[in-house]
Amino acid sequence: MSLLASLQEAIYLLVTRDPYVMDIIMVSLNVTGVALILSTLVGVPLGAFLGLTDFPGKPIVTALLYTGMGFPPVVIGLFTFLLLSSVGPLGHLGWLFSVKAMIMAQTIIAFPLVAGFTMAAVMAVDQNLIQQLKALGATRAQAAWAAIKEARIGVLVSIIAGFGGIISEVGAVMLVGGNIEGKTRVLTTAIVLETRKGNFGVAIVFGIILLAITFLANLAMLQLQERDLFAR
Amino acid sequence: MEKMITYQIKGLVKEYPGFTLKIDDLTLYRGEIFCLLGPSGAGKTTLLRILNFLEEPTAGEVYYGGVKYTKENFNPPLEIMREITTVFQRPALLKESVWNNIIYPLKIRGQKVDREEVMAIVEELSIAQLLHRPCTTLSGGEAQRVALARALVFKPRVILLDEPTANLDPNNIRIIEDMMTKYMEKKPTVVWITHNHFQAKRVGDRICLLEEGRVVEINDKENFFTNPSQKRTREFLAGEMFY
Ligand SMILES: Nc1ncnc2c1ncn2[C@@H]1O[C@H](COP(=O)(O)OP(=O)(O)O)[C@@H](O)[C@H]1O
Ligand SMILES: [Mg+2]
Repeated sequence: MSLLASLQEAIYLLVTRDPYVMDIIMVSLNVTGVALILSTLVGVPLGAFLGLTDFPGKPIVTALLYTGMGFPPVVIGLFTFLLLSSVGPLGHLGWLFSVKAMIMAQTIIAFPLVAGFTMAAVMAVDQNLIQQLKALGATRAQAAWAAIKEARIGVLVSIIAGFGGIISEVGAVMLVGGNIEGKTRVLTTAIVLETRKGNFGVAIVFGIILLAITFLANLAMLQLQERDLFAR
Repeated sequence: MEKMITYQIKGLVKEYPGFTLKIDDLTLYRGEIFCLLGPSGAGKTTLLRILNFLEEPTAGEVYYGGVKYTKENFNPPLEIMREITTVFQRPALLKESVWNNIIYPLKIRGQKVDREEVMAIVEELSIAQLLHRPCTTLSGGEAQRVALARALVFKPRVILLDEPTANLDPNNIRIIEDMMTKYMEKKPTVVWITHNHFQAKRVGDRICLLEEGRVVEINDKENFFTNPSQKRTREFLAGEMFY
């Protein structure tokens, strides 16, 4: 198949909203969305806690977190696979080769990114301010929430980083999801498969869609940040 | 009328590497402004932080509202913490509007904002024109006035002021002093750190000189400045009056 024909096919698939393509987009959005929400719900409070609290063993927890931020995702995929395999400790859940397994792996991959960047952002908040808030009657939780709001731009960047980690993931979701058509096939794994089969047109379509989703999502998140910058 | 006791400090020790604050006996009363004088590094801020229960002592007792607090239980219940406030030397404001900063203490207490009450403080401090401004755009004097407004809206019983007018121009200083004078009608306990003897003379009821973590002298205003009991106080006043 020539490159020109591939492009033609790409346009055709997009215009006709091919069900195979639509399915893959929906699974991608589902996995990415849920995993990002979970990573944020875990990562932001964890990062804020680490950024604001001193406790014995904090350096070890921090080192573990930083390791998590740079850990090869495919290894996390392997780890999740073993957890969920029929002989693994979570095998009884029956999640392997399902969207749930992919969300689980993606969350484990992304939450250290969210927590790590949130921690750095919250640590940069003026210590004086946190003292001042306590002196105004804030509880620990209220002071922590105020610190997160103070560090909002950095926290947003942490969520963008988490999103980047999730949307670009291939190896781990391939392992635990199994790349099953109509069920666990997402844009990245579909690109691998279609390229291997020589269906460059379809692969290009997926590439373009992936790019568009990433761009639009970042644009939306930047919009939030922009509004905040203007508000100063 | 009998003076009502707010704080009693007994054998207080706070140790930092290379520094020890030691206050054997100190009583603070309701309705007074207690001025803390002393050179930089004397331990004034440290004492304030202990009075606000932000820092626990190494040893000794702090009685507040008749309850004894030691390092074992140096975290009073929230409703007690919420009677006490500090205005720090460097105003620490949230990156939000002036208005949101001022009502922050009410919001965290889940209290309704009584606009009229808040505006009375706002007018007194001449910050009405700033209410919608982001706090990042304020001058030093404006920021400190906002910080004071925020500290007063919830009607604290104890106000700890850490050099609130340091580096401010005379107009800002006057506004802040007038505000505090007015707030004294509510009979709070005020501890006011200052480097300015004239300010201590203007606003203080009792003056305390702290040096190297020790109380040199506590006296009422008249005696402190005209007839101090300690030779060291006289030297301090003479030396500093020079500037
Ligand atoms: N958190 C701290 N850790 C170590 N030393 C401190 C700390 N806070 C204050 N100090 C030391 O205690 C001494 C008194 O400080 P401070 O109470 O701030 O003095 P002042 O307010 O009178 O200028 C100083 O020598 C200061 O370096
Ligand atoms: Mg000080």
